[in-house]
Amino acid sequence: MASIKPAGEFNTAYEQDMRFLRNPRMIILAIIAIAVTYYLPNLSPGYLGPTLNLLAYTIIALQGLNILTGLCGQISLGQAAFMLVGAYASALLMIHINWPIWLTIPAAGLVAGGVGLIFGLPSLRVKGFYLTMATLAAQFIIPWLTRNIAPEYLGGTSGSIEVPVPVIFGVALNDPVKFFYLSFTVLIITTILTNNVTRTKLGRAFVSIRDNDLAAELLGVNLFSYKLRAFFIAAALAGVAGALKAHYQRGVGTEFGYGLGESIILLGMLVIGGLGTRLGPFFGAVTLILLEDVAIEMGARLAEIFPDQSAQLLTSFRPIFFGAVLILFLIFEPRGLAHRWNLIKAAWRLRPFAR
Amino acid sequence: MTSVLLDVSNISLSFGNNRVLHDINFAVLEHSIHAIIGPNGAGKTSLLNCISGFYRPQEGSITFGEHDLTKTPTTQIAPLGIARTFQNIALYTGLNTVDNLMAARHIHMKQNSIQSMLYWGRAKREEIENRRFVEEIIDFLEITEIRESIVGTLPYGLRKRIELGRALALEPTVLLLDEPMAGMNADEKEDMARFVLDIHERKGVTIVLIEHDMGVVMDISDQVVVLDFGRKIGEGTPDEVKNDPGVIRAYLGEAHRVSETVADG
Repeated sequence: MASIKPAGEFNTAYEQDMRFLRNPRMIILAIIAIAVTYYLPNLSPGYLGPTLNLLAYTIIALQGLNILTGLCGQISLGQAAFMLVGAYASALLMIHINWPIWLTIPAAGLVAGGVGLIFGLPSLRVKGFYLTMATLAAQFIIPWLTRNIAPEYLGGTSGSIEVPVPVIFGVALNDPVKFFYLSFTVLIITTILTNNVTRTKLGRAFVSIRDNDLAAELLGVNLFSYKLRAFFIAAALAGVAGALKAHYQRGVGTEFGYGLGESIILLGMLVIGGLGTRLGPFFGAVTLILLEDVAIEMGARLAEIFPDQSAQLLTSFRPIFFGAVLILFLIFEPRGLAHRWNLIKAAWRLRPFAR
Repeated sequence: MTSVLLDVSNISLSFGNNRVLHDINFAVLEHSIHAIIGPNGAGKTSLLNCISGFYRPQEGSITFGEHDLTKTPTTQIAPLGIARTFQNIALYTGLNTVDNLMAARHIHMKQNSIQSMLYWGRAKREEIENRRFVEEIIDFLEITEIRESIVGTLPYGLRKRIELGRALALEPTVLLLDEPMAGMNADEKEDMARFVLDIHERKGVTIVLIEHDMGVVMDISDQVVVLDFGRKIGEGTPDEVKNDPGVIRAYLGEAHRVSETVADG
């Protein structure tokens, strides 16, 4: 189904079959799409600028979660905590050692990945629900630590420190439009890396653990080693996302979110987008973040219409809306938007024979 | 004179107080087809699980080359050249046929995870080489038309065949087949028997087979081991086993006696 290619297109080599961009037309389209996206925030710096940056780092965090939960099948509720680790790592490296942004972002990934490994260790013994509880521990321990240890570095009980504006090639990325050049470039890199995971040995090992861990072990996949790799990649991408978020918001700490709610929303986005699919993170993040804006707008309009309930509408309309959207998706589109997209694509290619 | 490839000696396995295997001994000769038969619950699959490292017997040893399989870590057994299929198919249902077979090439790929993520140099080369190898197996098993179908959507008979393909993709020297023909119709059984014989003859793979279909077992195997309630009750060539009174008793047992009493009465 998903493998239907446009009529008249035939692969003549395995290399060609494994390519993402199969022909020159697709390469040109990809280049145009990337160029347009780079330009996009200029169209409306006030709205698209912040939204696109938010999308970029959310998608990066989702790509990490997609590898751990979607491919490897280990449900994690700690993704926001690993973002916090990466955010602090990048900020502290820039403040205290003066590292440039292109070094602090990978370093943030490595540090968060290392912390992710620690919380991945229980996966040797427990799986399913119990492992989820172990990742939940990360979500409680890490923010608690940032408030209670080394207050001179981590901001202590105030829960925030200031983060300097990153500078690249002498240009200070001090507004959303300029910052998007950085966050979108990082997103392109993480997209390439995570997509490669899905088509190579690493990704197949992850999926074999998800689909049948007994068979995977008997076929020579070292379960523990590969689960830890999944934890590392997931946390590292969360760290990269957190670093971008910190530099974009020019502050980091528990004051800026990074809570359990955010971890759960990330998981919700992934489910809506499509677990274990390449497009899932994109669909999930775009859908929910745009719907959130719709919810804010609708809450405000409703508050105007019903002035008596305006306070309640302004504060609680958004979470109710989010809950309703999630439930509707689980009922009507349980396999995620990426699955629907594949169906539409197949139907388009089979026209006029498809329904 | 062919040599012993897999030597099972004095294997005893119990779960708590439940003794599943009692002191099992047999030797699988190189390039032979060795069948394990017995009534339901006789311990056939448990024995296979011991060989493939999924169960650890309390006593005894299983020697394969220089290795004692009862002490080898589970993940190290496939690289030694031992592959198996499962009674209840254990495929990766979310992957397509090609990827299921590619997943079994895991132990033959040397790329590290960073190379995988970059899809550069060795990783790309290996993917293409192994894809070619896998496609040959797909050709051999005549499943080319379903190579890009998600395995979870395929019917039982084809899944059995894909699982055989996945075991072959490991390039094993010993292939353990757990009821490869269970639940199949006559045509499918014939196909499967043909594949098993082809694998045996063309690739020189030694085969250990559990099967309930006596016709098939007696037809294709060189040696047969008979288990009942965790004990070995017979062993030999198909002809020897067929005429072994102990084996006949295990299979026909009580019914035989009942018919005698009825005749007497």
